[in-house]
Amino acid sequence: MLNADIIESITGKTTKKHKSRIPAKLDLLQSITGLILALFIVFHIIFESSILLGKETMYKLTMIFELEFIIEGGSPIFISILAFVIFIILIFHAFLAMRKFPNSYREYLRFRTHTKLMNHSDTNLWFIQISSGFMLFFLASIHLYIMMTQPQNIGPFASSDRIYSDVMWPMYLMLLVSVVLHAGVGIYRLIMKWGIFDGENPRKNRVKTKKIIQIVVVFYLIIGIFSLISYMKIGYDHRANYGEKYIPQMELKNEN
Amino acid sequence: MSREITIIALKYNPSDETSKPRFAEYKLPETAGMTLYIALTKIKTTIDHDLSSDFVCRAGICGACGMIINGKPRLACKTLTSEFKDGKITLLPLPTFPLIKDLSVDTGSWMKNMNIRVNSWIVSTQKTDISKFEKKIEPKVAEDIFELDRCMECGLCVASCSTAIMKENFVGAVGLNRVVRFSIDPHDERNDADFYELIGDDDGIFGCMSLLACEDHCPKNLPLQTKIAYMRRKMVMV
Repeated sequence: MLNADIIESITGKTTKKHKSRIPAKLDLLQSITGLILALFIVFHIIFESSILLGKETMYKLTMIFELEFIIEGGSPIFISILAFVIFIILIFHAFLAMRKFPNSYREYLRFRTHTKLMNHSDTNLWFIQISSGFMLFFLASIHLYIMMTQPQNIGPFASSDRIYSDVMWPMYLMLLVSVVLHAGVGIYRLIMKWGIFDGENPRKNRVKTKKIIQIVVVFYLIIGIFSLISYMKIGYDHRANYGEKYIPQMELKNEN
Repeated sequence: MSREITIIALKYNPSDETSKPRFAEYKLPETAGMTLYIALTKIKTTIDHDLSSDFVCRAGICGACGMIINGKPRLACKTLTSEFKDGKITLLPLPTFPLIKDLSVDTGSWMKNMNIRVNSWIVSTQKTDISKFEKKIEPKVAEDIFELDRCMECGLCVASCSTAIMKENFVGAVGLNRVVRFSIDPHDERNDADFYELIGDDDGIFGCMSLLACEDHCPKNLPLQTKIAYMRRKMVMV
């Protein structure tokens, strides 16, 4: 063990006789990891909703992520790598965010009573954030583990089979709701925390920011739920041929 | 004809071993322009002489009469009973502060400790010569300082804060506001690293979760949202 750590743990001061800069770094890192994950979700849901534009569109997009434009036929390993990187960021973010959770019966009782009595919108939002964050510990881990280990099973039929025939849809429904709420509230709080859009009238801009985020959250929930329904329908129609991969239109034409 | 209002107040005396926490209910006629301060005074003088609550100025200046009014931290003297359509008002003492009795809490000791903790005074190596005018500062800077100096330490920001509710050592918006006030004052010679020593931890600026209940319940409408964000940006750069 480092002497510097022993000194700081006993005296509360570093060997340079000042307060540790670690809490500042942790605060900033919590925001940065949260921002990365929120931005990832913003794009991820849009991409997975490509199924709403048809199987072919979703297939083409999948092949872009498998870097087909560089490697002939594409390679799902890049999906695994991306999922692994996101998983690491998620674990780090969860570790940092957990510091703020109520961590004893008394803290929980005081916080919940306070929240219910005061009924203050931003405080209520934080309760949504910690509840959805807690659910994401499990739900996001399941999803990411599947993406890391079975990246080849992404596609109009493979994804639909997973959602319908493998009965993953309840998990995906819970994941969708918790991730959209968590990311939406998180982005709003990031903006408030760092005063990003304070402008000339911070109070007015806060109301505006909240309104915009609310609209975005509803939009993402709608497209997410509709695409989940779409995957369910494809999975239902495809149940007899479970496991069979999608053949793109171009290849079908060549075969004919 | 005036309506009858019902006031329900928490009653408990922690220094009396026989006292048990309970809610007491009082019914009284509402008068025109009645504030909660007036209603409480009426109760204390005509119904229950034993009920305790704090007040000094009765005009929203001193901040002594802060309490939880139907769930919200507010000042009794600035709250009209007519706001509550069903005529039912529940009163609790401010949480986060030591309870003296019933609705009376000790904000004074808490604020004194907070002020000592954040060194809430001008720190300067200059010798003060009271025969001369103070060093001049820009009017805009003076205005900004005066704006933050309007804080009357009522404690509503602390009582509305989820971090303060859970972590009793949290410095609260009132403490962070004091630090910002001195950090923008040109008379103060401290730099950001000095202020980091006061609030650079999870009991200080990094404990704040930006839920903004402090901003939304401040009876003086202090710009706590922007000033705490400003301080956070400064402290992560130290």
